[in-house]
Amino acid sequence: MADMSQQAMRKAPVYNDEEVAALAAYIASLAPGPEIPTDEMLNYERDGSIAEGGELFRTNCAMCHNFAGQGGALTKGKYAPSVMGVKPVHIYEAMITGPQAMPVFSDKTITPEEKLSIIAWIKAAEKEPQLGGVALGRVGPVTEGLLVWTLGLGLLIGIAVWLTTKAK
Amino acid sequence: MSNEIELIKDPGLPEHKLRQSDVDPKAADRAERQVAILFGLSSLGTIVFIYSYLFIPVDRFIFIPLMGDQNLHQLLLGLGFAAALLFIGLGAVHWAKTLMPDHEVIAHRHELRSPDADREAFVKTAKDGASAAGLGRRSLIKRSLGLSLGLVGLSPILFLGDLGPTPGNALRTTSWKAGSRLVTDPGDRPIRPEDLEIGAVAQTLPELAPGKDHHSLNDIAKDAVLLIRLRPEEFNLDAERLSWTYQGIIAFSKICSHMGCAVALYEQTTKHLLCPCHQSTFDVTRAAKVIFGPSARPLPQLAITVDAEGFLIAQAPFNEPVGPSFWERSA
Repeated sequence: MADMSQQAMRKAPVYNDEEVAALAAYIASLAPGPEIPTDEMLNYERDGSIAEGGELFRTNCAMCHNFAGQGGALTKGKYAPSVMGVKPVHIYEAMITGPQAMPVFSDKTITPEEKLSIIAWIKAAEKEPQLGGVALGRVGPVTEGLLVWTLGLGLLIGIAVWLTTKAK
Repeated sequence: MSNEIELIKDPGLPEHKLRQSDVDPKAADRAERQVAILFGLSSLGTIVFIYSYLFIPVDRFIFIPLMGDQNLHQLLLGLGFAAALLFIGLGAVHWAKTLMPDHEVIAHRHELRSPDADREAFVKTAKDGASAAGLGRRSLIKRSLGLSLGLVGLSPILFLGDLGPTPGNALRTTSWKAGSRLVTDPGDRPIRPEDLEIGAVAQTLPELAPGKDHHSLNDIAKDAVLLIRLRPEEFNLDAERLSWTYQGIIAFSKICSHMGCAVALYEQTTKHLLCPCHQSTFDVTRAAKVIFGPSARPLPQLAITVDAEGFLIAQAPFNEPVGPSFWERSA
């Protein structure tokens, strides 16, 4: 982490792909650990089920990452980031390694196929059209309430003031 | 010199000011046009509504700044109908304010009590009616009417019975029994201790009773258990609670002891469990002791061990009711 805050932010990588691979190879030489999944392992469109992924997401991921994958707050300034627009390989790696405050989701309790289902659901959620109008961040009643209490009530107060002033 | 404070005089009504449209015919014509424009905008709103309902495909999306990709059909239906209603209202108010008569009228209040003559007439009418109906003479009618009115009052008392039945023992029990295997939720696969790495969590339920093919929502709402694996030396537990863990694996009810939300926001770095509803925070290393928030009790801990085949099982059912407080709960 570049600064000493609670949370490492998402940012552009400082190292190029070759340097990252070299770093990973060095770390892997120190002790055994989970492998970087190959493209063949990550064919979520073929091996994942969106419906099953939704069920798994709601049980295992939604409490931190929000029911629509938008992320959410943790304690003392930490937060669970949004999973929208994250590469499948990074979602997979996060589940098997547990970066930062996130726990590990073992291959035996959530199988590799189930992990692909979760990725398939996230990718489907990214493409979900906004049939309900403005999504307001898809975080539920907080932003919706804020909009109604400020813009909605503000408009009503404005109309009430106009109603009760006398015409000149 | 007098010390008396001068009484504040009744200022009376302010002078009536004529509106511009009352004195200037041009201003009145302008106001008329403005009202007509507002009503015209309402008609336009209705036309937009009808057009988008009939002719805009339901799957057409357009990009709108600040709002993102929006469904054009839905958007124009809403905007058209909103304009149709809003501009009728705005037009009517503008009309009333600028053009409708502007006379000021004084309506005096009167005493609420009716005049004595009216009151006497009412009492007389009531008495005449009662004697005409013969209530005093025909006692059979009076008594049977009294009985029926009294019995009608009984029915709502019987409805109170529908507030029950009381939940009985359901709040104190879960499906967990001594020897219940912990299975994954969803998936219903039994779990071995070695399936969980350090820092791993698993959402679990008790294995299904024979003959059942799914967990009912009522059961899940009480049975949900979170498994967490730590390094055994990270625990700060008494001997009994330590014996309820297995090789660093500890199991807690996921149902918050405050209001019953699912507590599963486990922070691997701090070993804290956070409830998303009211931010109750539980320290996993100290048997889910409450370290922040409104919860009054730790999360109930499920005693676990392994069976002969090496799968995780419950040593015993929960030793206390899971979930929020209720009146009959002791402590």
